[in-house]
Amino acid sequence: MSAANPFPLSSSRPRKHAPKWADLTFALLTGLGAALVMVLLAAFIVVLFIGAKATVELFGFRFLTNDVWISASTNPHIPGNIYGIVPFAVGTLLTSAIALLLAIPLSLGAAIFLTQQAPVRLRGPVGQLIELLAAIPSIIYGFWGLVVLAPIMRYEIEPALQSWLYWTGWFNGPTTGVDVLTASVILAVMVIPTITAISRDAIAAVPIHQKEAALSLGATDWEVTRNAVIPYARGGVFAGIILGLGRALGETMAVTLTIGNKNAIPTSLFSQGQTIASLLANQFAERSGPLELSALMEAGLILLLITLAINVGGRMILSRLQRGQGVGRE
Amino acid sequence: MMFDRHGRRKIFSHSMTVLSGLAVVVILVPLVAVIYEAVVQGGAAFSVTFFTQRPANPCFAHPGIACPLGGVYTPIEGTLELIGLASLVAVPIGIGAAVFTVEYGRNRAIARVISTTADVLSGVPSILAGIFAFTLFLQFDKAIVNSTLDGSLALTVLMIPIVTRTCEEALRTVPESVREAALALGISRWKISVRIVLVTALPGVVTGVLLSVARAAGEAAPLLFTIGNGCLHPLQGIDQQGCALPLWIYWGATSATTNWYTLAWGAALLLILMVLAISITSRLVLNRTVRRMRGG
Repeated sequence: MSAANPFPLSSSRPRKHAPKWADLTFALLTGLGAALVMVLLAAFIVVLFIGAKATVELFGFRFLTNDVWISASTNPHIPGNIYGIVPFAVGTLLTSAIALLLAIPLSLGAAIFLTQQAPVRLRGPVGQLIELLAAIPSIIYGFWGLVVLAPIMRYEIEPALQSWLYWTGWFNGPTTGVDVLTASVILAVMVIPTITAISRDAIAAVPIHQKEAALSLGATDWEVTRNAVIPYARGGVFAGIILGLGRALGETMAVTLTIGNKNAIPTSLFSQGQTIASLLANQFAERSGPLELSALMEAGLILLLITLAINVGGRMILSRLQRGQGVGRE
Repeated sequence: MMFDRHGRRKIFSHSMTVLSGLAVVVILVPLVAVIYEAVVQGGAAFSVTFFTQRPANPCFAHPGIACPLGGVYTPIEGTLELIGLASLVAVPIGIGAAVFTVEYGRNRAIARVISTTADVLSGVPSILAGIFAFTLFLQFDKAIVNSTLDGSLALTVLMIPIVTRTCEEALRTVPESVREAALALGISRWKISVRIVLVTALPGVVTGVLLSVARAAGEAAPLLFTIGNGCLHPLQGIDQQGCALPLWIYWGATSATTNWYTLAWGAALLLILMVLAISITSRLVLNRTVRRMRGG
């Protein structure tokens, strides 16, 4: 067919290799995989919504404002089932907030050390060790938290906190070591690798001229980091914190083993509590009937929607930055 | 000189360096402490019978009463079944999605949508994957709720986004010039994708699959209400109750019986060793191929 056309590279040339059936099948098969990934996300929401339908219809918005979780069959003094998410929403937000409070300074310090100050030969291996923290299964952190950390919290850290900070009202009550604070510490350990890795990549992507300009003005190492590097990387650091928060909100096994599992709003950092995730882990097997199952599904649905929103937000910040400046290592 | 303005700034700068180095040390303390505890407590359980016997019945150690330990043969077997089944479904889907994204999606919006969806999915709390699998089977076939099959569905859901994203990164490391050269030779698109791009990126793809296996093998939350409790008896089949190492750790941690507690630490050590082995392998594989950034 190209015999008539001596210049087959011209844009109007006919396609020499029209898609054959093998090509089409392959494109369809891989497309099916891609479609399944997207269907999966939709299916998550639909399935949980179907499961939660009964309580959505029965309680409506009261599910979001009720602060008790009581099944009529287990408590004869209650006329009917009352399920509300407030204690678990408070538990989830409280543990995640404390975890971030502990994790952010440490992660930022580590990210700065790994990009600005550490000897170059040390950066890779140490960074990998911190990433290894993220690879250890949640259940093992929980087990360790219960066996090793909880006694330390109970006998060393919590009494000390109580005697220094009793006046804040946050550290009242008996110290048990299995409480909101211990769960938050474990959560901090688990979100640190996420925040560190993303912050490190963001800081490493800061252009060298940014640092050179500050250095040429006579800034010290810290002043370079503080005034020239961090402001430039703050978008990536923020995205890292958001994605760390997403991980903290949904963490289950480590929290279940260390938070004490009490279906009530925590009154201090030493009280037992429950997060949405630990509620699911504890109550699912012991549900009193179909209505409680539906209530658990609704709690799960709420957790799903929150984590989806947070992850979409974090990823959007990251991808916008990536297109703008490149948030990569080096 | 110590006390002029410049000197003070230098001292402050140095102390900030020390502080940030200290942050790294503090961060690594839990890693060392967890591994130490697992080696000390779990090492006590390691022996030949640990790998060949089923868990013994729960028992409290009293002076003069021997407490048979048994082993974690059933949890290992159950985890292998779960991971095998989940990989069978998740790996083709994930690789397919990655190939589509990179080879057909290019830099178009659809490619970004797929990889962002996979990223967001990998951020979904793992316990919700369990609820998803539970509810799905409850709707369609009540008989196999609480089975290895149901548990592997939950793990499949968790593995798909990880395989998709890691494979996508691996496929993107294959230079565009390779595809163009192949196209110029008149090779069809699917052959380029399978025989050239996938083969070139194979180390990265294998690494991605291994990482997803490591993640799924350590997950207890999605199995809590999907596989039932089949640890004390020989496993019957994939439509019957199953057993898994991470779930065994949960029971051992909460049972407060002497032998299950020891077995749980043994299982924890086993999982940590597996995770370590997979990360070291993948690191070696990645270092040998193209050094490239990996998405957070």
